[in-house]
Amino acid sequence: MQAVIVENIVKSYRTKKTVVDALKGISFSVDKGEIFGIIGPDGAGKTSLFRILTTLLLADSGNASVDGFDVVKEYKQIRNRVGYMPGRFSLYQDLTVQENLEFFAAIFNTSIEENYDLVKDIYQQIEPFKMRRAGQLSGGMKQKLALSCALIHKPSVLFLDEPTTGVDAVSRKEFWEMLHRLKLQGISILVSTPYMVEASLCDRVALIQKGEILSVNTPKGVISEFKKPLWAVRANEMFRLMKAIKDDPSVESCYPFGQYHHVAFKVQENNKEKLEQIAQKGNYTQVEIHSIEPNIEDCFMALMKE
Amino acid sequence: MKQFFIFVKKEWLHIWRDRRTLFILVCMPVVQIVLYGFALTNEVKNSKIAIFDQSKDESTTAISNEIASSRYFNLIKNVYSYKDIEATFRQGKIRMAVVFPRGFRDDLLQGNHAQIQLIADASDPNTANMLTNYATSIINDYQKTLYQNERLPYTIKTQVRMLYNPELKGAYNFVPGVMALVLMLVCAMMTSIAIVKEKEMGTMEVILVSPLKPFRIIIAKTIPYLFVSMLNIASILLLSVYALDVPITGSLLLLIAESILFTITSLSIGILISNGAKTQQIAMFTSMMSLFLPTLLFSGFLFPVENMPFALQLISNIVPAKWYYIIVKAVMIKGLGIMAVWKETLILVAMTLSLLGISIYKFKIRLA
Repeated sequence: MQAVIVENIVKSYRTKKTVVDALKGISFSVDKGEIFGIIGPDGAGKTSLFRILTTLLLADSGNASVDGFDVVKEYKQIRNRVGYMPGRFSLYQDLTVQENLEFFAAIFNTSIEENYDLVKDIYQQIEPFKMRRAGQLSGGMKQKLALSCALIHKPSVLFLDEPTTGVDAVSRKEFWEMLHRLKLQGISILVSTPYMVEASLCDRVALIQKGEILSVNTPKGVISEFKKPLWAVRANEMFRLMKAIKDDPSVESCYPFGQYHHVAFKVQENNKEKLEQIAQKGNYTQVEIHSIEPNIEDCFMALMKE
Repeated sequence: MKQFFIFVKKEWLHIWRDRRTLFILVCMPVVQIVLYGFALTNEVKNSKIAIFDQSKDESTTAISNEIASSRYFNLIKNVYSYKDIEATFRQGKIRMAVVFPRGFRDDLLQGNHAQIQLIADASDPNTANMLTNYATSIINDYQKTLYQNERLPYTIKTQVRMLYNPELKGAYNFVPGVMALVLMLVCAMMTSIAIVKEKEMGTMEVILVSPLKPFRIIIAKTIPYLFVSMLNIASILLLSVYALDVPITGSLLLLIAESILFTITSLSIGILISNGAKTQQIAMFTSMMSLFLPTLLFSGFLFPVENMPFALQLISNIVPAKWYYIIVKAVMIKGLGIMAVWKETLILVAMTLSLLGISIYKFKIRLA
C-alpha cells in the first residue's frame, strides 16, 4: 500500500474578481518509508497541496488518500495518524519548549516518555532550553521543536511544508540528516522546499510549477532526463555576455548560475567553437568555457521552458 | 480526559502569562462598578437651593432649618429680593428657591392660611418635580407638629411603606443592572478572542490536524475564563455590599450560583463571536458593539421594559442580561429563593446550551 495517493487534484481560490488556479489536476503517489520532495518556487501550489492532504482544505475535484484513508470522508482517521508541520511557525510562543511538547503529546493521547526515543536525537539538541518560551528560540531551534511536536505521537506519514525556509545552512544540513534517520524508523515523509539543492537529498521528487507537476522521478532520473550537453561559461562582463549568448539563434537556453552561465544548444555540434566565437567577437577577457554535468536546477529550468 | 485537561492547562497558561491582560480583566469590573455605581444614578442629593425669607419669624426659621439640614438640599445662599432669585437661577447656581412671604407666622396661626412659594429650575423636569416633592413633604411634616395634639375632622392619612428598599436608594436598582452589564461585557470580551487568536497565530492549523474534538476545544477554552470570571463575581459582590451599601438579603450561595450561570452564558456568547470573526480586533469590536447597547437598553435597569413598544419588549427577551437582572433583584434585594426565579434560571440555562451548541456546530473543522 502506498503512503499517499493523489489523483487529479484541482483547487482554485476565488476572490471577488479573480480566480486563482492553485492546483491544476495533479497526480502522484508516495511509497511507504520514502522521502518524497515537492520542489517548486513560491506560489507553485505546495502549501495548498499539503493542506488538502492534511484534511485542512477541500479540493474542488479529484481524489486523495493518506495511509489508505480518504482525505474527505475519513479525515478523522488521517488526523489521528499524520504529523504536520506548517510552513509558518505554528506553536504556542508563550509556552515553554517542554510545555509545547507535552501539549502536543497529550492531545494525541500519548506522553513524551512513551515516544521519547523517536524524538530523542532532535529534542536533545533543544533540551537545554526546555524552560525557555518557544517565541524566544532561534529559527533553527524553532524548526527542531516544531519537528519534535509533529513527531511525538509517532505518525505514519509526516508532512513538512518548507521546513528549511529561513533556516541557516548548518541547521538545514542537520535537519535533513534527521529526516534520513526518521526514514529508517519507517515513517513516510512528504517534504516541500523551494531550494533545488535539497532535491538530491530526497528519494524521489516532484517538480511543481504553477499548479502543475513537471516531472516525478528520482533525483538522478530527473537529471538523466536532461539529454543535451551543458556548457559553463564565464568572462569579465557577465551581463553583456549573457545577452550576446541569448541573441545567438543556435542557443536553446542560457541561465546565470553562480559564477557561470549555463548554456545549452539546439544542435549538439561545434558548441564549444560557437561559444569561443561569441567570446572573441565581444572582446571578452578571462574567458573560461568547459562542459559540465547538469544539476537538478538546470533540469527544472529546462522543464519549465517546455 | 488527559487530553482535555492539558488543553485547559494550556489556556490557563495563556491567560496567566499575559499579566497585563489579566490585570485589565480583573480590574476592569472593579473600575466599572465604581464608576457606574456612583455615576449612573437618578437620585437627588445635596441640590443647591436659596431661601428668600421676608418674615424671619419662629416658623420660617424652623422650616428653613429643616430644609437646609435634609440630605436632599444644600442651602448655599440667602437672598433678599425676587430679582436676586432670578439672577441666581440664571447663573445656574441653584436648582430651587424657597420664598416665605411677609408675616408668615401670623398668617399661619391667625389667618389659618399661609403660603410658601417653591421656585424650581424645570429645565430638568424630573429633578424639579422631585425637589418640590421633597420640599413639600418637609413642610407638611412641620405642619403636623403644629396640631399634634388636636383631632382634626375628616382627615385621610396615607401610610406609605417602601418595601425592600425603605430608604429609596438608587443603588438598589442600579447595582443589579451594573452587575449584569459588567459581567456580560467582560466575560464576552474575554472569550471573543479565544478561538480567533489561534487562527491568527496559525496554531489552529496544527491543532485541527489532531484527534481533538470541536466541543472539547470549545469547553476547554471557556473553563479558565470561568475562573477569572468567578474572581470578578466576588469583587463585584464585595463592592456592592461594602462600597455601594446594597445588602444581600437572599441566599448568597444562590446569588453566586446564578451569577456563575450568567457568566457561562456570557462566555458562550464570546465563543460564538470568536468562532465567526476573522481577526481579534473584529472580535473585540463585535462583542463591545453588539452587547453594550442591548444590555444597557433591554436589561430593564435604565428604562423599564414594560414601558417599551411591544416589538422592543419581544426583542428584550433574547437579551440574557434582562433575565439575570430579574434574578439578581429577586435574590439580592427582595431576598427570594429559587422558587421565585426558576423560570428565569431555566431560560438562561437554555440560552447557554443553545449558544454552546451553535458554537460547536459552526466550529470550522477545516481552514477557510
